[in-house]
Amino acid sequence: MIKVRNICKSFGAVRALNDVSFEVRENELFGLIGPDGAGKSTLFHILISLMKPDSGDVALWGLDSVRDYRAIRKIIGYMPGKFSLYEDLTVEENLQFFASVFGVRVEENYRLIEDVYRHIAPFGKRPAGKLSGGMKQKLALSCALIHKPRLLVLDEPTTGVDAVSRKEFWDNLKTVRQAGVTAIVATPYMDEAALCDRIAFINNGHIFSVDTPQNIVKRTTQRIFAVRAANMRTLPALCRSLPGVMAAYSFGDAVHLAMNRHDAEAGEIRQQLICLACEKVEVKTVAPIIEDCFIITVKNQK
Amino acid sequence: MTLVRKEFLQIFRNRIMLPLLFVVPTVMLLILVNAATMEMRDRKVLICDNDLSPTSRRICGAISASTFFDAGRVAFSAHEAIASIEKGESDVALIIHKGLENDLMSQQPAAVQLIVNAVNSQQAQLSYAYMTQLINRAVGDILLENAAPAPQESIRTSVSFWYNPTLNYRFFMLPGILTILITVIGTVLSAMNVVREKETGTIEQINVTPVGKFAFIASKLLPFWLIGLVELALGLALGRLFYNVPMEGSITLIFGMSATYLTGLLGLGLFVSTFAQTMQQATFINFFFLLICILMSGIFTSTDNMPAWGKALNTINPVYYFIDIMRCIMLKGATFVDLTPQFRAICIFAAASVSLSVLNYRKRN
Repeated sequence: MIKVRNICKSFGAVRALNDVSFEVRENELFGLIGPDGAGKSTLFHILISLMKPDSGDVALWGLDSVRDYRAIRKIIGYMPGKFSLYEDLTVEENLQFFASVFGVRVEENYRLIEDVYRHIAPFGKRPAGKLSGGMKQKLALSCALIHKPRLLVLDEPTTGVDAVSRKEFWDNLKTVRQAGVTAIVATPYMDEAALCDRIAFINNGHIFSVDTPQNIVKRTTQRIFAVRAANMRTLPALCRSLPGVMAAYSFGDAVHLAMNRHDAEAGEIRQQLICLACEKVEVKTVAPIIEDCFIITVKNQK
Repeated sequence: MTLVRKEFLQIFRNRIMLPLLFVVPTVMLLILVNAATMEMRDRKVLICDNDLSPTSRRICGAISASTFFDAGRVAFSAHEAIASIEKGESDVALIIHKGLENDLMSQQPAAVQLIVNAVNSQQAQLSYAYMTQLINRAVGDILLENAAPAPQESIRTSVSFWYNPTLNYRFFMLPGILTILITVIGTVLSAMNVVREKETGTIEQINVTPVGKFAFIASKLLPFWLIGLVELALGLALGRLFYNVPMEGSITLIFGMSATYLTGLLGLGLFVSTFAQTMQQATFINFFFLLICILMSGIFTSTDNMPAWGKALNTINPVYYFIDIMRCIMLKGATFVDLTPQFRAICIFAAASVSLSVLNYRKRN
């Protein structure tokens, strides 16, 4: 059970975290979704006792992140965004090292990491620096899990990893969760949000909408339209000038339009755009997904 | 223990570091001890003898006979002599004016001109001193031979050089080179070792483990502390083998002193690493401090000739004390009691640098 209460943290004039509060439940896979520079890493540093907040506090199962940092460091596993294992040590040596740092033997908790580690076990004698990106992630996850932490903290674990490895990595996280480990994952990828039990949006040091991905989508009141036209480049700006538009943003090969008016119709939007001299206009209603929700939420706060 | 094992594993895995640790000291001892000599020999002398008398020939003969000088060059005018010095063809020019013998024989003050290339002031002074000595002795002999009354027994000086009777420059250099070696290993390598953890980000990972501040620092210190002592043993063995450098004092004492000194150095290295974020920064900071400390320590030049502020500065220079310790033990056979002040100094140094680095190495912001 993790309680984050009213955390503020500034670096000079920059407010990295602004009154951040949320809770993570026991054995939950919690996603912290936000773009680069949103404050995810700072929040993590405070969570894992590497940094003191300016105000507010963090309690992990009743342990205070500042006062009880020693106890906390025994129960968390941390995987930084940047690969931070010893590249000159072999896969096995890294695992062995992190196990002994926590005073456990690899065999004790091998079952917990088995699913992850068996992919890299054949390369046990290879220096960690010579692994591929995906394998490095697996090794890092194994090392973060080898002491069977109660809380696993993952800072952008899939950044710079190929699509297949990303999927495997998320499958691994599911397994870890089944073993009873609570996990907090930060990611800039919206599509990964749907894989979490609950998520929180973070932007500019503020936290918004803490809920399950399904509820967040369900709660969205805006209607979303996908618009295509000949002049894709100028389209978002033109869309924003339409009445009742809350946000217009590029989305894949289309522009998504979030309308505040519930009675907005695709045909009406199409007519308006044709009046603005757009050609080959196509408009259709789409169901909102997490990314739409994120943009709408951020927009709403402003 | 697990931490220390990991450090050794990394050091021995490093394909560049390991040979470096053992090749460098060997090369340093074999090359530097021989090359960094200040003994003077074969200085090129040009003689411009305008007198061409038995007296002037006698002076020239004395110069040619000396091993310090190589007197193959001759000039016929002072201009030629000066030109030769300017071109760098000769280091010293001796110009004997016409009428030297006449002046001497008629009891008049006689003069010769000595031009010395003083780009290297130390060599110039030595050349000047030896030259003057040679000329005076030759002239003195001539005068004695011609004078009727037997010379009175004047004061005879007999010189004996203690602690290094043959004035073997290598005996002086070897302890110095060993000191440099230990100093560089102790500071540079230990600083790099910590900064590397910062650069790779692994320090963050270690910080989130139950590993304590003290254990982490100790694990970083210990390997290089041991390596430093192994290098010292290697250096002493090489010195004995190749140069027959004496070991008057106790080996245990040398190692005890070195162990203390190394502790201080490693503390200093860690201290530097707490400031530096990258290996480049660490290298530069280290280079700057080490250069000053080593050059001021009296390794090549005598510290007695330093200006007062230099001497004052040296009271906080750990290298200065350690070089003194090394030379005193090896050449003089100094005992612990003799070296108490120096030992106290390096103890203070070790205590200060280690506690500063521990305080400064913050595990938490």
